[in-house]
Amino acid sequence: MKSLISTLALTASLALPSAVAAKNVTLTAEMRNYRGPGAYLVLYVTDANNVYQGTVWMAGGKSKYYKHLPNWARATRGDLSQVAGITGASVGSGRKLELNIDLSDALFDAGYKLHIDTSVEDGRDVANDAVLPLTSANAGKSVRGKRYIKSFTLK
Amino acid sequence: MLRALHKYAGLSATVLVLVLALSGVALSVLPAWEKLQAPRTGGLDLTVADLVARVSNHYPGVEQIRRSPSGRITAYYFENDLAGAVVIDPATGKGLANYEKSPIIRWLTSLHRSLLLGDSGRIAAAVGAAAMLFLSISGLFLVARRMGGWRQFFARTRGPVAGRLHVEIGRFSAAGLILAASTSLFMVLNTFEILPQENTTPDFPSQVSGEIGLSPASMPALIAIPVDQLRDLSLPYANDPTDVYTISTDHGEGYIDQGTGKMLAWQPLGVWQTLNETIYMLHTGQGAWALGLLLGLMVLGVPVMVVTGVILWWTARRSRPKMPRGVVDHKADTIILVGSESGSTWGFAGTLHAALMAQGQKVHTSPMSRFDAKKHVHAKQVIMLVATYGDGTTPASANGFLDKLDTLETLPDAKLAVLGFGDRQFPAYCAYAKLVAEKAAEKGWATLTEFATVNQQSSQEFARWGTTLGDALGIDLELEHSPTPPKSHQLTLISRREYGQEVQAPTAILRFALPRSRLIDRLLGKGWKSFEAGDLLGITPQGSTVTRLYSLASGTRDGFVEICVKRHANGLCSGQLTDMNIGDSITAFIQPNPGFRPAKNKKPVILIGAGTGIGPLAGFARANTQKRPMHLFFGIRHQTSDLFYDEEMAKWQGDGHLESVNIASSRARERAYVQDILRRDAAMIAKLIKEGAQVLVCGGREMAAGVAGAMDEILAPHDLSPLTLKAQGRYVEDVY
Repeated sequence: MKSLISTLALTASLALPSAVAAKNVTLTAEMRNYRGPGAYLVLYVTDANNVYQGTVWMAGGKSKYYKHLPNWARATRGDLSQVAGITGASVGSGRKLELNIDLSDALFDAGYKLHIDTSVEDGRDVANDAVLPLTSANAGKSVRGKRYIKSFTLK
Repeated sequence: MLRALHKYAGLSATVLVLVLALSGVALSVLPAWEKLQAPRTGGLDLTVADLVARVSNHYPGVEQIRRSPSGRITAYYFENDLAGAVVIDPATGKGLANYEKSPIIRWLTSLHRSLLLGDSGRIAAAVGAAAMLFLSISGLFLVARRMGGWRQFFARTRGPVAGRLHVEIGRFSAAGLILAASTSLFMVLNTFEILPQENTTPDFPSQVSGEIGLSPASMPALIAIPVDQLRDLSLPYANDPTDVYTISTDHGEGYIDQGTGKMLAWQPLGVWQTLNETIYMLHTGQGAWALGLLLGLMVLGVPVMVVTGVILWWTARRSRPKMPRGVVDHKADTIILVGSESGSTWGFAGTLHAALMAQGQKVHTSPMSRFDAKKHVHAKQVIMLVATYGDGTTPASANGFLDKLDTLETLPDAKLAVLGFGDRQFPAYCAYAKLVAEKAAEKGWATLTEFATVNQQSSQEFARWGTTLGDALGIDLELEHSPTPPKSHQLTLISRREYGQEVQAPTAILRFALPRSRLIDRLLGKGWKSFEAGDLLGITPQGSTVTRLYSLASGTRDGFVEICVKRHANGLCSGQLTDMNIGDSITAFIQPNPGFRPAKNKKPVILIGAGTGIGPLAGFARANTQKRPMHLFFGIRHQTSDLFYDEEMAKWQGDGHLESVNIASSRARERAYVQDILRRDAAMIAKLIKEGAQVLVCGGREMAAGVAGAMDEILAPHDLSPLTLKAQGRYVEDVY
């Protein structure tokens, strides 16, 4: 759905010098039919020690609801500069969020993980609805989500 | 100006406002419903610590506990990696039912706040709310104006049913609509983050104890908070020593250490947040279910307002005379002020307006109730066309005018001309118009032309006055006005009864079938009006242009139209009517006469009439199914000849519709007029009056004068008189 053909400006440690090799990947989060208003989703990366490294994408337009994305909010303390320029619309029940991005080779097989926190109005706030380790072996694989996410795929 | 804005705002926002109102009404019952469903926490004296312990017993995987303003507690948990949500019984911590918001409610909420269209729908809904706010406030001003000032705001309304409903429901609903609309606008501004946004969460503590395993039941911070204050509690992730309890209460938000159970950081609610929440509560009724229900009830008035508003617009559009567009009041040199009850005077005003405009005058026409001397800065003349309602009462569109005139400090420089409209058949002929002219003269308002009157909408008299006015203005003014008659309907005679041949007063009781009209015609005011006994039937006989009015002896509920007609020698209309055969038709219309009917209470009623004046009185007796005490005093010529309604009277007396029937026969051996039998029963009448009785008199002018004299004598010893009763609406006459 969403196409983001650019090199991601994550935190400084992830920023890519233009010469460094990168993989072009497609991330797909497919939502369950949870029957409710559009879900807020945030995709972010943690390192081997589970420490937040940077945000990949924020799906949801109103920043005042970002505090309902539990882990992300806690790690960033709601810092809006973390999502500047990488926000989009919330994702409806049964819909898909598709992101096309370049990820540095250095992120793979080094303990980094992709996380998704989700929140739905009148529903619950879910930390780590889906977690996908960034390993070469996981390319083309998908994981099941806990609540609002049906599956999360890396290609 | 305000009226026009109100009208166009209303018409253009009709559908939008209707959708918002209806969905809002449906949602308004939810807080009360939820309150009924929610398990009771009152009397439990529970702390959050107890609650968490109880819930964890049943749901070891609990992650979040929420308490809604209604008191419903919901727990969110994971079991075998599957998410669940249950409504909790706080007494035991057990789940009562799986929690899922009903799809219908979700749909309604989405419809109400965004018309199912997301953010653009929210903006559209906000436009609807703004329209609602404007309509409510402008409506309040218009009601005040119509009623003749804020002090008369809650006075009784008059006129056609659509207008009355619009005003009465509006008065009831306005406060609720203003609250609902203004709070919703605030909420929209907040949703779009146009209002300042406060950070409501405290900074995450830089250090935690790093211990886990303390039971929530013994955490001091959780013990300190009663469940009634809880909003949301998020539990730490299992086996994550860096995590904390996150709690939100009615007073603020904070983090609790899972090892020590102490509050690590706390942020109290800010001013904006508190304001936001109060406004949310006022709008949704969540946490204030009774207010929610009241608000819903008030908003329920909106569909009625929409329908009656459209009808009002449509009927006004149809009935207002087509007059060329005038100029705004502060630019006009000629101000026409109209005091009209049923709208016919507006027709004359339209003709005058058009004629003056054609002569190059800058004319502004408005109802007398909107008189505002300050705005008439350039006016050289003020012309008032004034009807009189009933017994000299102020006509609807002139409400409050005399008060304004009274309190006027500086008179306008413009000169004044007053023209009264009335019917010489009535004693109070042009009484209100005269009063206006007199009061203006007392104030020292310079006149342009002498006070003049127009009888029975006479086109000739109006044209003559126009010539005088034209002379005074130095222009050639020709006023040609032909009043449009009310919409007439065909009535077919279904029965007739003859009386009075023997006493040289041939009279017939004529009964016509009720004409049928379509619902849409009725709503648009084009149909056959519903009527009650005492209203008038207007009939224009063939070969004449002058309409005669007959008092109705029946109401719509009786299922027929009945009048009592005496044949006058050379009487054109009475002749045609009394000559009718069964199956013949006439055309007629209803003219309401709301001043002449029994007051709506259970007090006694004294009916006094003679001859065909019995008509409406018989109608009142027939309609008296409540069996309030009604006493009839009836003057006739002779028992055997003109005792109209003789059969019914016996029956009504037997049924309790009439408490007593007292007959005076002027040609019997003991000759008596109706005033004679009143004097005879003076004691009883005085007693009834003291009990609060109302007197209704119907008949010829002489009889009415005789009756008034007799009543004066009867009441004088009790310090009462027909006049004092008249002032209270307890002595009303229908005289011809």
